[in-house]
Amino acid sequence: MRSTVDALLRKELRLELRNREAIPAMLLFSVTTFVVFHFGLQRDSVDGALAAGVLWVTMLFAAMLGANRLFVAETEGGALDGLLLAPIDRTAIYVAKALAFGGFLVAVQLVAVPAFYLLLLGPGGGDAVLGLIAVLALADIGIAVAATLVAGLATQTRSRELLVSLLGLPLLLPVIIGAARATAPLFAAGGAESIPAKWLLVLGLYDLVFGLLAFAVFDFLLED
Amino acid sequence: MYGKGLRPLSLITCVALTGAFALAFFYAPMDADQGISQKIFYVHVPMAIVALGGFVAGGLYSIAHLRTGDRGYDLKSYVAIHLSQILAVGTLITGSIWARASWGHWWVWDEPTLVSFLIVFLLYCCYQPLRFSIEDPERQARYASVFAITAGAFVPLNFLAVRLAQSYTHPRVLGTTDGLPAKMALAFYIAVVAMALLYVTLWKYEMASKHARNRLRSIRRGLGEDIGLTRSASPQ
Repeated sequence: MRSTVDALLRKELRLELRNREAIPAMLLFSVTTFVVFHFGLQRDSVDGALAAGVLWVTMLFAAMLGANRLFVAETEGGALDGLLLAPIDRTAIYVAKALAFGGFLVAVQLVAVPAFYLLLLGPGGGDAVLGLIAVLALADIGIAVAATLVAGLATQTRSRELLVSLLGLPLLLPVIIGAARATAPLFAAGGAESIPAKWLLVLGLYDLVFGLLAFAVFDFLLED
Repeated sequence: MYGKGLRPLSLITCVALTGAFALAFFYAPMDADQGISQKIFYVHVPMAIVALGGFVAGGLYSIAHLRTGDRGYDLKSYVAIHLSQILAVGTLITGSIWARASWGHWWVWDEPTLVSFLIVFLLYCCYQPLRFSIEDPERQARYASVFAITAGAFVPLNFLAVRLAQSYTHPRVLGTTDGLPAKMALAFYIAVVAMALLYVTLWKYEMASKHARNRLRSIRRGLGEDIGLTRSASPQ
């Protein structure tokens, strides 16, 4: 299982390095969305709950954009048949996909979050980098786990792009609630306040439940 | 086989529903603050509870489907979720009316149960689009089952997250049963049972109709083949 996941993960990353499909698109989308928020909200800088909302809505939509492309190589190139013919555990395919997607999210955020600080965040909100990293990590796990499952679910349907967003947005709402609530005090106008622990707990619980769930049911999506 | 016992069940359901509403109007005391508008509580809350129970039941049937590979369980899950969707629409409408009557707004964001119900409803709205955009019937059943299990697990998690996000300024609907006067509680519990009976009755009707349709189709197919055979066998 371990070596299979390793090999599949290397394949995912190499594919992304060669055709550069997901990460640049997600990144460009994020930065453009910040600009859209600047004009839509008519604010030069945001803080507190508003800043947390702008950041997380952007991250969520960027993630949906990436999730749309997640299984494209498999379905369009017919690579899924090859994978299924290989004598490997099907769950390994899911684990590798989720890890790769989590990696994409981190790569996007490495640029998009500094861009958010630069473009939109008010002066008071830059202090709590460590707390923000903790929230980002927990939320990224949740997004990767659930979005990969949704992408797998929608991939064999006629209206793939539509269904990924339709299914993914309500399914990821607990992550958005938790992440936005946890980041809002970090971006407070008068300097960062501490994160309420219960929101980290909610995020962790979501990661755990959906991780186990996806682990259990993903096999059935590939059973042909 | 689903038609068996439908008539007594329908009768019991009718009696239970009538009895529950009669109790709600004539036996349960009038609410001191809200007056007559509180009576919608005996429709709205049972409907919500039964809808959520139906969603979870759909998830359980889906687990059975994936474990056994029996497509009958998928049909049961589909009918359960479909009926729950209808009840969910009713819940949202009655909830909205109740919110308007008691708080003056059609929609209240700080009522956690209503908000989490909306999210669950939005998620389950994707069930049919997902299901019917897959052509292969075997794969359709499998994917629908995976969705039903995921969404079924999502229901309690979502309620937890939304409930935590509220500031508890309003009484929580599912929690209010603790503080109910005995007469109100009795009427409420009977209403829940009656609503559950209604759900089971409708579920059985739908299953009976689906089975009858499937049998009719297979009989027709068999008949068509017979005619084809006799025609080709007759000397011309």
